Amino acid sequence: MPSRLEKVVTVTNPMGIHMRPADLLVRTASRFECRIELEKDGQIVDGRSILGILTLGATQGCEIRLVADGPDAGLALAALAELFSQGFHEFSAEIASPGNGPH
Amino acid sequence: MLELQGIAVSPGVAIGKVLILDREGYRITRSQIDSADRSKETQRLQAAIAEASKRLDQHRQNSTITIGEHVGAIFSAHQQMLLDPSLHNEWFRLIDEHCYSAEFAISSVLTRYAQAFRRIGSAMMRERASDVRDVERTLLEALGGQPTSSTTSNQPSVVLSHDLTPSETANLDRKFVIGFCTEAGGGSSHTAIVARGLELPAVVGVGPFLHRIEKDSWIIVDGFHGRVILQPNTEVLDEFRQRIAARSSNAERLSEIRDLPAETQDGIRVSLLANIEFPNEIEACKQRGAEGVGLYRTEFLYLGSKTEPTEEQQYEAYFRVATEMHGLPVVLRTLDLGADKVAQSIAADPEMNPFLGLRSIRLSLRHPKLFRTQLRAILRAANHGDLRIMFPMITTLHELRTARMLLRQVADDLAEEGAPIPSNVPVGMMVEVPSAVLMLEHFIQEVDFISIGTNDLIQYTLAVDRCNEFVADLYAGHDPAVLKLIKQSVDVANQRGVEVSVCGEMSSTPSYALLLVGMGVRTLSAPPAALPQVKHAVRNVTLEDCQQLASRALEFSTAREVEGFLQSRFAELLPEMVLGV
Repeated sequence: MPSRLEKVVTVTNPMGIHMRPADLLVRTASRFECRIELEKDGQIVDGRSILGILTLGATQGCEIRLVADGPDAGLALAALAELFSQGFHEFSAEIASPGNGPH
Repeated sequence: MLELQGIAVSPGVAIGKVLILDREGYRITRSQIDSADRSKETQRLQAAIAEASKRLDQHRQNSTITIGEHVGAIFSAHQQMLLDPSLHNEWFRLIDEHCYSAEFAISSVLTRYAQAFRRIGSAMMRERASDVRDVERTLLEALGGQPTSSTTSNQPSVVLSHDLTPSETANLDRKFVIGFCTEAGGGSSHTAIVARGLELPAVVGVGPFLHRIEKDSWIIVDGFHGRVILQPNTEVLDEFRQRIAARSSNAERLSEIRDLPAETQDGIRVSLLANIEFPNEIEACKQRGAEGVGLYRTEFLYLGSKTEPTEEQQYEAYFRVATEMHGLPVVLRTLDLGADKVAQSIAADPEMNPFLGLRSIRLSLRHPKLFRTQLRAILRAANHGDLRIMFPMITTLHELRTARMLLRQVADDLAEEGAPIPSNVPVGMMVEVPSAVLMLEHFIQEVDFISIGTNDLIQYTLAVDRCNEFVADLYAGHDPAVLKLIKQSVDVANQRGVEVSVCGEMSSTPSYALLLVGMGVRTLSAPPAALPQVKHAVRNVTLEDCQQLASRALEFSTAREVEGFLQSRFAELLPEMVLGV
């Protein structure tokens, strides 16, 4: 079984990858054993680093390459790709307006 | 001993102990630890992370219950940042390999992330920079840190920081802070202006150096030449102490001309006024023989306080300046907030291009309540001295007319309330946007005076952000395009018989001051500390010298030629001013 898998996904939610989606990505990635990386325009970041993911500055329509390396790479990619295709569940749920919260 | 080169922004030499501030104004007691203490420091950081995580968890739970899940989610993300594995790797590596203190490791790494977020285009992402700072603050608190306000230094200290905002600079404790030095920043930032106003020697744009600072070490900041010397040896210390002594005797010589007029050798009189930010600079104005205040930057009252100053507080400040100047003219520039001068009391949305955004008169007109409060305070104070009102950054006639209309309304209101107000307070405008120069024929008919603000005029003419260190070299007051715009403005004003002054940084450099006199300017406004040297220069040349300087300078096609010519001609005219420094 190949341990290294890749998948290109698109950011579909209108707000892009802000804090909440990044938080969700990290939490999901942390459930798996494999190494996970996200790549956008040549910039590669650790899938378990929220700051790294945020620095990608991914907005709606951006393409991101997911790379998973390890025994459960397939499951991890499927779970992460679903988050992207579901728009991080932001379409239906009440949308937290980032920036309006207390900082 | 280690010598570094930066940009000299405020003259003077400061010798003192180091005091490191992080971005939030937290005092970082030391940046380095002994290599033997590395594992202890690692444990300290681990304990602080655990403690901070616990606090964030409490915040998350409380706010989820009291406000709602969407706010709780923010703290959840903050917690995720705190536990970010890349962050931990970097922190522990800096402690282990470079003997950083936990505080300094936290601050260095998070500052870099905050900067990365600010560089990302969208406003929403730039907001993340403040989230990062929130996490930083929580961690520093967990490490036992306190904001500087509660742990002031008790000995003469030189403040070192990555960057200081104008308000942070204005809030430095003058009792103990004798100078400062920053890694970032450019020559014409407002921070530099505040430093000059406070007469604090300062060097900015030194580049990364904070990691080299040892606990309790000495530092020399040479604000004349932009030099910074870490851990100076005794010889160098003695040399600089002698230099400080020599300079103060030189300053005494210049103070001898305090009460003499700024008059060329052929009797042309130039008025020298002062630029100030705070009422307590009036003393410095008097010591330097200023004939009035040509530019009172009123927004600094806002920058220094967490809440919006009340009408009474503003009135008190303006009243003090008006009365203490004893009838000499005082030009109050109305609020010039926005861009790099952001008041804590006015929530501003992040903008993509703040210098082209909602700033200065635009911000005042957008917030009429704020603007009216200031105008009321000014008009009331105008009973007690020769106060004049100046609107900044006027770009269109419409803005000027709207501002004047508001002023009229405020005056009517005050009259109705029975408050005594003078009927003829002169109203002027800053000429600092190219559109104002091009349309000055029209503006000039609706104002009593104009003042050319060279700092912004340079910035907007050459399309250079003066705070951006990457393009700072393009920012040049001696660029022929800038000189042409200044000349054009002065000509229009003089033809119409409307008073014109120049109040940007150019006026404070003697060679440029002479150039401006040659172009027909008879009123210059500069920081008090710069007045004696400008006066000395004016008193030792003739009008013809100045006019030749101007006509030659205006013939050149590049900034470099202008600068080369100006410097060499100035050295011929006033050799003692070049060699004396």
